[in-house]
Amino acid sequence: MPGAISQWFSAGDYLLALPMILLSIFALGILLIDLMLPPEWKSINAWTAGIGLAFSTAAVIRIHLAYARAGQGVLSYTGFMGSMMVDRFAIYFFYLFLVGAGIAILMSAHYLEIERENHGEFYALILFSVVGMMCMAAGFDIVLIFIGLELMAISTYVLVGFLRSDRRSNEAALKYLLLGAFSSGIFAYGLSLLYGLTGSTNLQLIGEHLATHMRENPHDPIAILALVTTSTGLFFKIAAIPFHQWAPDAYEGAPTSITGFMSVAVKAAGWAMLLRIFLSGLYPMRPIYVPLLVFVAIATMTGANLAALTQNNLKRLLAYSSIAHVGYMLLGLIAGSSTTPSATGIQGILVYLLVYTFMNLGAFAVITSLRRRDVIGDEIDDIAGLITRAPAEAVLMLIFLLSLAGIPPLAGFYGKYFIFLSLIETGHYQLAAVAVLYAVFGLYYYMRIANAMFMRKAVDTRPVTLSPAMATALAITGIATVGIGIFPDLFIRAAGWSLSIAQPLQLTSLFH
Amino acid sequence: MPQNYVPIFLFMGVAFAIPAVTLVLFKLVRPENPHKTKLMPYECGITPLDDARGRYTVRFYIVAILFVVFDVETIFLLPWAVRFRWLGKFGLLEMGIFLGILIVGYIWIWKKGALEWV
Amino acid sequence: MVPLHYYLLLSAILFACGVTGFLIKRNIITIFMSIELMLNAVNLSFVAFAARWHVLSGQVFVFFVMVVAAAETAVGLAIIIAVYRTRETLNVDQVNLLKL
Repeated sequence: MPGAISQWFSAGDYLLALPMILLSIFALGILLIDLMLPPEWKSINAWTAGIGLAFSTAAVIRIHLAYARAGQGVLSYTGFMGSMMVDRFAIYFFYLFLVGAGIAILMSAHYLEIERENHGEFYALILFSVVGMMCMAAGFDIVLIFIGLELMAISTYVLVGFLRSDRRSNEAALKYLLLGAFSSGIFAYGLSLLYGLTGSTNLQLIGEHLATHMRENPHDPIAILALVTTSTGLFFKIAAIPFHQWAPDAYEGAPTSITGFMSVAVKAAGWAMLLRIFLSGLYPMRPIYVPLLVFVAIATMTGANLAALTQNNLKRLLAYSSIAHVGYMLLGLIAGSSTTPSATGIQGILVYLLVYTFMNLGAFAVITSLRRRDVIGDEIDDIAGLITRAPAEAVLMLIFLLSLAGIPPLAGFYGKYFIFLSLIETGHYQLAAVAVLYAVFGLYYYMRIANAMFMRKAVDTRPVTLSPAMATALAITGIATVGIGIFPDLFIRAAGWSLSIAQPLQLTSLFH
Repeated sequence: MPQNYVPIFLFMGVAFAIPAVTLVLFKLVRPENPHKTKLMPYECGITPLDDARGRYTVRFYIVAILFVVFDVETIFLLPWAVRFRWLGKFGLLEMGIFLGILIVGYIWIWKKGALEWV
Repeated sequence: MVPLHYYLLLSAILFACGVTGFLIKRNIITIFMSIELMLNAVNLSFVAFAARWHVLSGQVFVFFVMVVAAAETAVGLAIIIAVYRTRETLNVDQVNLLKL
C-alpha cells in the first residue's frame, strides 16, 4: 500500500470504533475519579459508568442511523483495513451488551455496599469487558477477535473474584481463570492452524482460502484439527457440555450481579464470536462441523437438564439452566442443510439471546435482592415463602421462571419457538422432538423454585427491601419479559434486520 | 555447508584459549595470600546478615506482577521505534494514546500505594 | 533452512506438554506455567507460518498473544495470592468449596 500511514485510516474507521473508544475513556476516567472520592460518595462511580454506557449507546445509534440513511442495500461497513466489521449483526449485539451491562450496574450498586466492596474498579472492569465484547462481535480479523476475547475474559476473571475475602468468590475466580486461560490457549492454537492453512488473519480471506482448500482436500487432518481446536475454545466460552465445568462454579462463587452479567452479556459475546467464526471463517467446513454440533447440543441439553434437577443453590441451578439454554440455541445453528444454515435458526438464536438477557437478569436481580449483611440468600431455602415477604418480587420471579421455561405468552416462548420452527422447516424432526421433551423437563426444576416461593413457609420472615436502582432493574426486566411476549413483532423484526432485510437468502452474502 | 562453519570453530577455539591461557599465566606470576574476608560479597561493604539464597517475602509479588505487565508493553514500542520516521506524526499520536492509557494505570497503582516500600 | 514441519512438530509437542501438564499437575503455579507453555507453542506456530506465507499478520498476532499472556499472568498471580491468603494451600484438590 502506498502513501503515508495516515491515509490508511479514515474518519469513518474511528466512527465505527466510537462506542468502544467512549467506553474505554469512561472506564479510565472512573479509575482516576475513584482515587479522589471519599468513601461515602462511591455511588458516583455507578453514575459515571451509566453515563458512559449512555454515550456509547448514542454512538451505536449514530452508526445505526448511518445504515438507515444508506438504504436497504448496505449490510456492512468495515473499518481499520477490514479488521473490524460493524455490520447490522454487530450493532444488534452492541445493543444487547449495553443493555446487559446497564442492568448489571443497576443491580450492583446496592449489593456492593452490602458486601462492603464498593470500589470504582468494579464499574471500570464492567465497561472494559463490554469493550472486549464489542471487539468480539465486530471483529472480522482473528487478531481483533482474540484481543476482544481476552479483554473480556480477563476483566471477568477479576469481577468473579471481586469479593476478595470471600473464599467462594476466590475459588470461583481461580477455577474460571485456569479453565478460561486453558481454553484460550486451545482456541489460539486453532487460530494459528487456520492462519497456517490459509495465510491470512481476515475471516473473509480465511473462508475463501479454506473453501478452495477443502475442495482440493476434503478430509485434510490439519483442517479438521484446526476446526476441532477452534470450536473447543468457542464451546468453552459459551459453556457447552463437555466444556462446561467452569460455569456452575464460577456462577455460584461470583458476586450475584456479576453472575447475571456473565450469564447474559459474556455468553452473548461468546455467541457473537461463535456465529462469526462458524458462519464466515469456518463456513466451508459446515458439512464437518454440523455433526459435531449435534453431538454437543444433545450432550448439553441432556447433561444440564439432569444436573439442574438436584441443585439446591439457586445460582448453581440457574447456571445449569443457562447451560441447557445454550443447548437449545446450538440447535438453531444445526438447522438447515449440510451446506447452508437456516436463516430462521440464526434469527432464532438472536431472538433467544435478546429475551434471555431480560429474563435471566431479572431472575438474578431477585436473587441479588435477597442478600443482606447476615444472609447470603442464594439457597432454595432462602427464597422459601417469598410470597409473604415480598409479593411483588415473588410474582416477578414466577414470570421470569415461566419465561425461562418457555411458557407462552412470555418472552422466552419466542426464542424456543423460532429454534424449533427452524428445525421443523429443515426436516430435523428427531432433534425438535428431543428439544421439546427437554424443555418440558426444564419446567420441573423451575417449578421447584416456584413451589418454594409460594407453597413453603418462610424461614426468614423479615420483608425484603429494594434500593431504587434494584427496583428499576426489576421493572425493566419484568416489563421487557412480559412486553416482548405480548408484542414480539418489533423484536423479531429487529433480529431479522440484523441478519438482512426480510431476505433469508442474503444471509450468506452478509457473512461473506 | 560444513566449510562455512570453519571460521566459527576457529573463533570458538580462540575464545576458549584466551581465558585458559590468562588463568594459568596469572596463577604463575601473582602473589598468593588467601583470606576469609576476601570471599565475602562486597568485601569493603556491609557484612551480610544471612545466606543470599534465602526466600523473598511474598510482599514483593506485587512488584513482580507490575513488572510483568509494564515490561511487556515495550513489545509495542519496539516496532514503532524501528519505523519511527515512516510512521511520522500519526504513529507518534497513536503511541501517545497508548502511553496515555498506560500512564493512567501507572497513576492508579501509584495512588493505590502499590509502589510503597513496605 | 529448517523445514516448516520441524517447527510445527516442535510446536505441537510443546502444546501437548502444556495440555498434559494442565491436566495432571496439582500445584496451581505449575498449572499456570503449563498454560504459558501452550501459549508459547501457539506463538511458535504463528511465527513459523508467518515465515512460510511471508505475511506479517502472524507475527503481529504473536505480539498480542505475549501481551495477553502477561496480563493473564498478572491477574492469575493476584488471584492465586488471594486464594492462598484465605486457605493456605496451593493444591487445586484442596480448593474444593464449590462442588456438584
